[in-house]
Amino acid sequence: MDIIVCMKWVPDTSEADLVIDKEGKDIKKDDLDHDMNDWDRFAIEEAVQLKEKLGGKVTVVGVAPEDAEEMLRECLARGADEAFLLWDDAFEGSDGFAVARILVSFIKARPWDLVLTGTLADDDCGGQMGGMLGAMLGVPSATLVSAISVEDGKITFNRELEGGLYEHMEMDLPAVLSVATGLNEPRFVSIRAVRKVASVEIPTLGLGELGLDESLVGVQGSRVQIEQLTMPPEGEGAEMIGGKPEEAAAKLAEILKEKGGIG
Amino acid sequence: MTMFEPASVPIAGIPAPVLSFIILVTAVCFFAYVMYRRIDLLRKALPDPRFYELGKRALLAVKYGFGQWRQPRYLGAGILHILLFAGFMILSLRSLTLIGRGFSPDFHLPLLTGAVGFGYDVLKDYVVLMVLIVCVVCIVRRAVFKPARYDHPGGGGHGSEAYIILGLVSALMVTDMIFDGSALKLNGAEGHAGLLPAATLASAFMPESGSPSLPYLHVGGYWVHILVFFGLLNYLPVSKHFHVITAIPNVFFANLDKGTIKPVRHGVKDWMELEECGIGRFEQFTWKHVLDFYSCADCGRCSDNCPAATVGRALSPRMISIKARDYAYTHHPVLWSPPNNGDVQFTGDVITEDEIWACTTCGACEEECPILIQYIDKIVDMRRYLVDQGAVPQSLQKPLQQIKKKGNAYGGNKAKRAAWTKDLEGIEVRQLAEGDAADYLFFVDSCGSFDPRIQEITKALARILHRGSVDFGILGNDETDSGNEIRRLGEEGLFEQVAEKNIEAFRARKFREIVAFDPHAFNAIRNDYPEKFPIVHASQLIAKLLRSGKLHLSGEHVKNRLVTYHDPCYLGRHNGIYEDPRFVLNQIPGIQMREMSRSYSRSFCCSGGGLLLWYENEQEKERMGEVRARMAAEIGAQVIVTACPFCLINLEDAVKTTGNEGKMEVIDLVELIDRSLT
Repeated sequence: MDIIVCMKWVPDTSEADLVIDKEGKDIKKDDLDHDMNDWDRFAIEEAVQLKEKLGGKVTVVGVAPEDAEEMLRECLARGADEAFLLWDDAFEGSDGFAVARILVSFIKARPWDLVLTGTLADDDCGGQMGGMLGAMLGVPSATLVSAISVEDGKITFNRELEGGLYEHMEMDLPAVLSVATGLNEPRFVSIRAVRKVASVEIPTLGLGELGLDESLVGVQGSRVQIEQLTMPPEGEGAEMIGGKPEEAAAKLAEILKEKGGIG
Repeated sequence: MTMFEPASVPIAGIPAPVLSFIILVTAVCFFAYVMYRRIDLLRKALPDPRFYELGKRALLAVKYGFGQWRQPRYLGAGILHILLFAGFMILSLRSLTLIGRGFSPDFHLPLLTGAVGFGYDVLKDYVVLMVLIVCVVCIVRRAVFKPARYDHPGGGGHGSEAYIILGLVSALMVTDMIFDGSALKLNGAEGHAGLLPAATLASAFMPESGSPSLPYLHVGGYWVHILVFFGLLNYLPVSKHFHVITAIPNVFFANLDKGTIKPVRHGVKDWMELEECGIGRFEQFTWKHVLDFYSCADCGRCSDNCPAATVGRALSPRMISIKARDYAYTHHPVLWSPPNNGDVQFTGDVITEDEIWACTTCGACEEECPILIQYIDKIVDMRRYLVDQGAVPQSLQKPLQQIKKKGNAYGGNKAKRAAWTKDLEGIEVRQLAEGDAADYLFFVDSCGSFDPRIQEITKALARILHRGSVDFGILGNDETDSGNEIRRLGEEGLFEQVAEKNIEAFRARKFREIVAFDPHAFNAIRNDYPEKFPIVHASQLIAKLLRSGKLHLSGEHVKNRLVTYHDPCYLGRHNGIYEDPRFVLNQIPGIQMREMSRSYSRSFCCSGGGLLLWYENEQEKERMGEVRARMAAEIGAQVIVTACPFCLINLEDAVKTTGNEGKMEVIDLVELIDRSLT
């Protein structure tokens, strides 16, 4: 089974002081470390585990500038067979829709049975990629997927619903699935594992190679325009509850009840 | 000498010397073949160059081998073992003599003739009685009192072998006594009775002189003795009592480099190029590892002291030796061909991942082993294999990735490594740029830079150094994680990267010494880094400042409170620094100190430092820190002082979860000194 995994290169904002850039439409990303989107880590692991069971090939692809090669190489170390970087200066400013278009033009050009993505990305949490890819490719898609198994050209899996429920589904292949975190235990990638795949070439494909027109990508090809980005207003500050543990717990429970946390 | 000496009495028509010859040759041939098979496995194992510093090694053999140095750490069992060992040494001459007596009735070893020979006979007779008594005590001890450390809760033990060997040794002593006791009667030499207590004791149970059964006892006792002797000899290399033969070589070839970890593979230039790294298959052990397996006597002292075993984690160090030895004997058998291995993976199935990750590398097992068996190297080698396979516990993956990305496990922004300096009032901490010089380079490490609780120690040390007029500086953003735990978790590639970065930063600056308050950083730089830089632990530097009168202390902070000191593993056991922190504490006027039941080299690990702070173990029933906090509570301590930031964090948590909050304070030595400055 041939699987294509779409990987996103996201800024790590966990310990950073976020600053909005001059235009006021994005955060300043120059000083931020970037890393593999955590959700996608589970997608690549799932793809490799499926390949180890069923055979076939795993291809990873990311729409990101050159720095993201590090992420794709890590995917090779995790067991992917080939990796492609999709980048062109014209891609700058693409929204989810434009990125989906770029990915689709890549996916359509090769044989595939399954596309895997993470359900969300750590940066803008759009959660739209899986659905858009499915629609553009004309195949079924699902999000928050776990417990995947493949038999006789059909793929079955669970979809996470609210309240701890799962729905069990079956789909015809090809399909696009966006995975939930925690559906597997991603393997560890050591320095040596990355070194072993250091010489594998990771081609960069631009507008020309993908057969795309400039008008379909970047800001022009996007449907979402960001008007303005602002920091959330500072709140009143936290309330420290003092006193003995029992008293503090009672007070906390009271506040939670009062303000709607628990019934 | 009687006319019924064994050498002159044919057995079943076979002349005794012929029978002796047959027994000797058969037993020695079989023994030699078993030894050949055992040595063959050593030869097939991976290399480990240990044929250097032979003088030092000879001293080890004298101290820990012949001197039985570590035996009295368990006083009762230790004394018993020392007596048995001494008995074995003394009676070995007797055994040789008796073998000779099968050939010639008046056989004597050279020099053991005349008065000397008689003197030896007297000594030997006392020793025989002593060994017999010791054996009986040992059997009773095991069977009736059942010391917990001889248990094998998970199964797989070889406890019954102890009874076999004790039985055989007792039989050796009894037959010797029968042989000599009957001689007393046959010779009518009962005048020596007072000098030969064992023989006299045996003869008391025998018929009067002239009885026709005496020659049977004499000759029969002899042959049974000989058969038991050769049976015992051949039993050694197929049982846990192989240590009788291998312990002294094992001690001779012991590790001489404390505090560090073996290279990934000896004799390989670039380990990164290896097909597989670490130990996944038994064949990847070194010969010294295998010799360790051969030598384990299953005494259980390692596991008795192992904090992981204490709290219910899957690890029991001795079971690594025992399981590996069982595996070795099954797959490299003395006779016939080995069974089909099937899908059994040594690392993973024989030794499970849970066991491998449970270890904190505290070194309590190695400190205790009477014959210096090493465990940490093996565990790290198995981890190296698992890391190579990507099989790392999820809880450890994130911090490892953070170090790769950001140089610290906390995910802290690299550019904020020195942010703590801004909180210091009135003290300017110099960030040494390349080319700068200072007397002391303060290596803060990731924990001291990013963990808000540990930052308090960092700031305290900066204040102490400032007060002591020490010219010091930090690396600031050029500092990277020290890598102590990275290496011990088996990620050698990442360890090499961080070590290289720090070494580059050290090289680019001039300093007399590095100072670190975290024993893990101290250990990595002192023992693991391929290039050596002079380094002291904060407790050593503070001791020096106190000695030279640059710091003055008040006893206010610990006034009227009982203080105990918790030895951090990487300061004490791994680096032998026990006295400096105690010296510093004793400089606090009026301080009342009491040691916990487990202190100095027997200190009890709080659950590990560095990345192990993130490790979540599912099997443990309680936290190691909690066990330790209770030990402190037992002696009525109101202040636990430690000299390691991770001990501090683990013990502070433990004091809360054991209900001692408010009753007991946990404080780092550096913090305590900072608060006691006048």
